[in-house]
Amino acid sequence: MEKNESFMNMPDERGHFGPYGGIFVAETLMEALQELRQAYEKYLADPDFLAELDADLQHYVGRPSPVYHAERLSRENGGAQLYFKREDLNHTGAHKVNNTIGQALLAKRMNKTRIIAETGAGQHGVATATVAARLGLQCVVYMGEVDVARQEANVYRMRLLGAEVRPVTSGSRTLKDALNEAMRDWVATVDDTFYIIGTVAGPHPYPAMVRDFQTIIGREARQQMQEMSGGLPDALVACVGGGSNAIGLFHPFLDDKEVAIYGVEAAGEGLETGHHAAPLCAGESGVLHGNRTYLMEDKDGQIIETHSISAGLDYPGVGPEHAWLKDAGRVNYVAIDDQEALAAFHMLTRTEGIIPALESSHAVAYALQLAATMNPDQKVLVNLSGRGDKDMHTVAAIEGIEI
Amino acid sequence: MSRITGCFADLKARGRTALLPFITAGDPHPDLTVGFMHDLVEAGADIIELGVPFSDPMAEGPVIQRASERALQHHVSLYDVFGMVKAFRQTNHRTPVILMGYLNPVEVMGYGEFARNAADAGVDGILTVDVPPEESHDLILALRNAGLDAIYLAAPTSRRHRLEMIADATSGFIYYVSLKGVTGSANLVLEEVAAKLKEIREVTDMPLGVGFGIKDAHMAAAMAKIADAVVVGSALVSRIEANISKPDKIGAELKQLLQEMRTAMDAV
Repeated sequence: MEKNESFMNMPDERGHFGPYGGIFVAETLMEALQELRQAYEKYLADPDFLAELDADLQHYVGRPSPVYHAERLSRENGGAQLYFKREDLNHTGAHKVNNTIGQALLAKRMNKTRIIAETGAGQHGVATATVAARLGLQCVVYMGEVDVARQEANVYRMRLLGAEVRPVTSGSRTLKDALNEAMRDWVATVDDTFYIIGTVAGPHPYPAMVRDFQTIIGREARQQMQEMSGGLPDALVACVGGGSNAIGLFHPFLDDKEVAIYGVEAAGEGLETGHHAAPLCAGESGVLHGNRTYLMEDKDGQIIETHSISAGLDYPGVGPEHAWLKDAGRVNYVAIDDQEALAAFHMLTRTEGIIPALESSHAVAYALQLAATMNPDQKVLVNLSGRGDKDMHTVAAIEGIEI
Repeated sequence: MSRITGCFADLKARGRTALLPFITAGDPHPDLTVGFMHDLVEAGADIIELGVPFSDPMAEGPVIQRASERALQHHVSLYDVFGMVKAFRQTNHRTPVILMGYLNPVEVMGYGEFARNAADAGVDGILTVDVPPEESHDLILALRNAGLDAIYLAAPTSRRHRLEMIADATSGFIYYVSLKGVTGSANLVLEEVAAKLKEIREVTDMPLGVGFGIKDAHMAAAMAKIADAVVVGSALVSRIEANISKPDKIGAELKQLLQEMRTAMDAV
């Protein structure tokens, strides 16, 4: 890399992050994406829009979310000091709402009356149903049948909020199939419908737009760490499914070369078993869901099923900016398996009284390993992207308890 | 002149609209596809469109999604599809064959290798549903080098500048998606299709095919009045699906539906 080159100038005007990203959709959606791109570019430079967004983030979401120094956990684990960016304390319990607030305000500006979304763990679906309820917009959420079964509580929350949850029965009946189905809906309803994608994937401008709504995480954290600890952290850690919480934390730090950055994928039953959800660690480049990125695919280019204890990481692709950051060598992508994530879930719960989402538990697990190799005067900042309330059934079931 | 362009020139001279049936390669079993292709030609098909099965067919409705899933149960790959076309070409050198699919299997094979293999097998045109002209530079180059037509979709939502871009990228014919929605949807409005075809003809002289939502002979005949080619997919694939337990009957069922459409179109 040239000395003056920044990692923060991507994508190009056609949505490319190096060879990744772009727009790979059927013709019917091309004008709609163009319209969305123009609205996104216009309103993200519009002081009135930004003021409304900031006010909502402060008064409705509860931002800024705190950074918490987990002193007891750091002591028990040994090594570097662990800090948590508490996105789990946001309204609706995860980082997802940062983006749905932004996109819903955009939908309103674009005079769309109906909102659709896909969801895996249900966090994005809940966050979308929440903002739709608040703005009085009709809302349909697509969710794979498998996820509907393992995230019952979130399905009920969405229905309470007035959203229609449509179970998806095609393919592997998980997040990727929910995304396919939402795209199919959008093709037919593109005139009055706004599609709120929940992660930094999909066709341009979604990866850039979702990132821009999520970088509030990193911008706050960068300032908070300086105020709390007198400097930047030595390392950042976040879990990566599609990668929205990770890019939200990482992006404002990308040009701080002294900060090491780690994205943690789901190794499921182990990378060596093939039963995982780690396209960056063990996949190859391909095209799915509107963009070119790393994918879990077979030799014929068919997308293969993923495995993770966490529904939110159970996705065969990843945001194109992560693919680019991997190739550029700026971010290190690693993987944590189901057992390691569960152990970290319990450790954080018992030592700090914070019950993390299973997704975030992957980041916690890697951070514990990393911190143990560092000195006590060093700092690791972990994105605690969501809280674990939604995972009570999953964790209890593993322990043979029915609740 | 490509086999597709020649086919349209020939039909035009005879005052006939092309009938373009779609089936998914390998549905319900890879051994049956070549026989179905011959059946379709016998029933009046001018061009055959073969769907390449993909795990995540984003633009397809439930009928063709399930066809893709049935084919993938037999692990039908691009190489298998090339094999089917090669077998078809042993006795048919006249009827153009188009492959319709999604980019990822092509991307994994490599554009050059894909184009060479397709051309060698006797394929004439490629329609990659999820690749708009903007992302097509390298793909079009590879297809042209192999002598293949690159076919692109136009949609009800495509405005003039996009129609021009689509016309520039396309060779063979432009495939007009006659409604907003996935394959097999309802609510086709003839007047709207006619108006859009007129708009497309202002930017190109290329033949125009119309597909998505053409379910029966009546609709096929109506479309034949305004289009150069009528594409029928989900209606045929539904017949395959309805007869999975009696595969011997499928060929006759496909022929019957296509013959009805052919007769109705030719009476226009």
